[in-house]
Amino acid sequence: MPETPSAAAHLTDEQVEAIGAELDAIRAEVVGSLGERDAQYIHKVIAAQRGLEVAGRATLLFSLFPPAWLAGTAALSAAKILENMELGHNILHGQWDWMRDPKIHSTTWEWDHASPAESWKKSHNYEHHTFTNIRGKDRDLGYAIMRVTPEQEWKPVYLLQPIYNMGLAAIFEWGIALYDLEIEKAQEGTKPWSQVRKEARNLWRKARKQLAKDYVLFPLLSGPGFLSTVAANATASVVRNVWSHAVIFCGHFPDGTETFEEERLEGETKGQWYVRQMLGSANLSGGPLFHIMTGNLSHQIEHHLFPDIPSNRYAEIAPRVRDICERYGLPYTTGSLAKQYGTVLRKLARLAFPGGGPKAEVTPLPERPKLVGTPVRLAG
Amino acid sequence: MGVLGDIGRRVHGAAAWFTQPLLPDDLLGTLNPLWSTSEPHARVVGLRRETADTTTLLLHTARARTPHRAGQFVGIGTRLDGVWQWRTYSVTSRPDDPRLAVTVTAVPGGTVSGALAHRTPVGALLRIGPPAGEFVLPDPVPEKLLFVTAGSGITPVMGILRELAATCPDALDGAVVVHCDHTPADLVFGSELRRLAATTGLRLVERHTAAEGRLSPDALADVVPDWAARQTWACGPAGLLDALAGHWDRYGDSDALHIERFVPPTPATDTGSGGRVVFTTSGITADAGPGVPLMVAGESAGALLPNGCRMGICHTCVGKLRSGGVCDLRTGEVHDTPGQTVRTCVSGAAGDVEIEL
Repeated sequence: MPETPSAAAHLTDEQVEAIGAELDAIRAEVVGSLGERDAQYIHKVIAAQRGLEVAGRATLLFSLFPPAWLAGTAALSAAKILENMELGHNILHGQWDWMRDPKIHSTTWEWDHASPAESWKKSHNYEHHTFTNIRGKDRDLGYAIMRVTPEQEWKPVYLLQPIYNMGLAAIFEWGIALYDLEIEKAQEGTKPWSQVRKEARNLWRKARKQLAKDYVLFPLLSGPGFLSTVAANATASVVRNVWSHAVIFCGHFPDGTETFEEERLEGETKGQWYVRQMLGSANLSGGPLFHIMTGNLSHQIEHHLFPDIPSNRYAEIAPRVRDICERYGLPYTTGSLAKQYGTVLRKLARLAFPGGGPKAEVTPLPERPKLVGTPVRLAG
Repeated sequence: MGVLGDIGRRVHGAAAWFTQPLLPDDLLGTLNPLWSTSEPHARVVGLRRETADTTTLLLHTARARTPHRAGQFVGIGTRLDGVWQWRTYSVTSRPDDPRLAVTVTAVPGGTVSGALAHRTPVGALLRIGPPAGEFVLPDPVPEKLLFVTAGSGITPVMGILRELAATCPDALDGAVVVHCDHTPADLVFGSELRRLAATTGLRLVERHTAAEGRLSPDALADVVPDWAARQTWACGPAGLLDALAGHWDRYGDSDALHIERFVPPTPATDTGSGGRVVFTTSGITADAGPGVPLMVAGESAGALLPNGCRMGICHTCVGKLRSGGVCDLRTGEVHDTPGQTVRTCVSGAAGDVEIEL
């Protein structure tokens, strides 16, 4: 299958290193300017999140009344989204470790997510962020069950991926938690089953508490409203899961993002690493509240360049990163959530079928029969 | 207490099922930091300007605090430019006082002491650690006491003197305080010390170093001829304490000298100079050359260390700094607060360092 030429193919080694130096300088400037304003920001988000959660849960004690059900579910959904995105994801990246606050630290934070913080940090912070979009190394690429690049070999099961992708969205946190166990590695023999069992026990220890809280304890507190509170909590979890699934799938899969061969890692310089992060990530456009609710993963490009810089700073870095991309002729993929998610879904639908790679560079013979349907031109 | 404590633990355990993954304490602390038990806070409710560079902070803690013993210190944490900074300061209030008092002298160039002494308003929130330190009087109190202090070294001794004055004034009769400072105006607690001397039979020897020069052991022996017969508590700059320790070793009973040293922070110069790294969990010692990441140094010495991206982004390799200083090899910034977490893949040694890994 022919490779799509990389959008960075025109850059000389010197230019790649110059990009790296510019980005290092941005990083140093931001890190040097972190201060009280940032500390107040994260404290404010924490207070807002906890306020929303307490208010939502308290309102749902009266979940038999439809207005209370609606208001409580909305508040709890917002709280769960904030907790996972702007707080959990970013704190576990160590973005706030510089404050030296043991309460807001990557080594002590635990989140409202099925996946224990410790195993998620390994699969996400290390594997995904170091090997971003490397086929065969970045396990976020396809979450093992989907075909997201034409280079992936087609299997009949992928025909169903547009459907089971929707199912995955609804139970996203559980999908990630199970995925973090890396069962396929144990099947291949590269990870001992005993390790999988140990991690599974940790997962269960955490997950049962999560389940008990949402589906037994708080519903019991609601008394006769038991079932309606169960429904409200389940709804809030699904809302959170669908939202984070959409945001996360828009980070690396939309048209315009590239994936890479494993060979690219050999002797990769910091500059090349930066360029790979930019080519492999895509942003979402929107207002300040939208950015907060995505955990600033709407600034996926900036996040992948500087995963441990506090998320509230990505918005101010973004124009400078975009400027670098423009000056060096690199794509800076961005768009609205609707537009980007649309390209993701279209790609998943197309790649459910065999093929889907770039058109062959050779000119087709004139007498070649016309294909049924129009092949969708996809950036690899 | 046993039953109540047991009930308390059960209630807390039950509440934690509702607040997890947080603890009930996290929610209480969000409502009011003073209610947090895991990160105890104190509010500054009063300030006493002792001298031009020294301030006593009167602190209110919402919860029953661990009682201190006169002469001990506490850790005080303050958020400066968003970063929590911890230093230890002597407690100058008595264990029974309703307010905890710590006395802070601004060290020239010291960011934390300067901020605490000069720029902390009433109402400010600080974090506070448990009392610690062995610079305390034994029970029963020895009959013949000598205190030798210089500069802010008076602070733990003031705590001891106040406690003695309130609970055991007889012990002050015949006791001696030799205190050194530049001028009479610099003497922290000067008027209180003079009043104590006038009312209890305590002998106060003030030495004004601007005029008389630094105190030497010989000069001390001149003003307190029976020094060798006394139990002595000394606190002050390293030079004075070293001289006293040597003197007691040679001519006295070194067990009779009790010393409190203020450990100065590692100087933030000479960044990434390299040094000896001890990984305390794995028990491996390695030499880290200038600019060599601690992780690389440890691995070449055979340590199995947590590692991930090896480029400072994933935070899998962090360990707790136990002592010494490390230098962020990317920024040149030096970190030397014990307990701070450091990323071993992008940190070099700034002198000798101990890491919990």
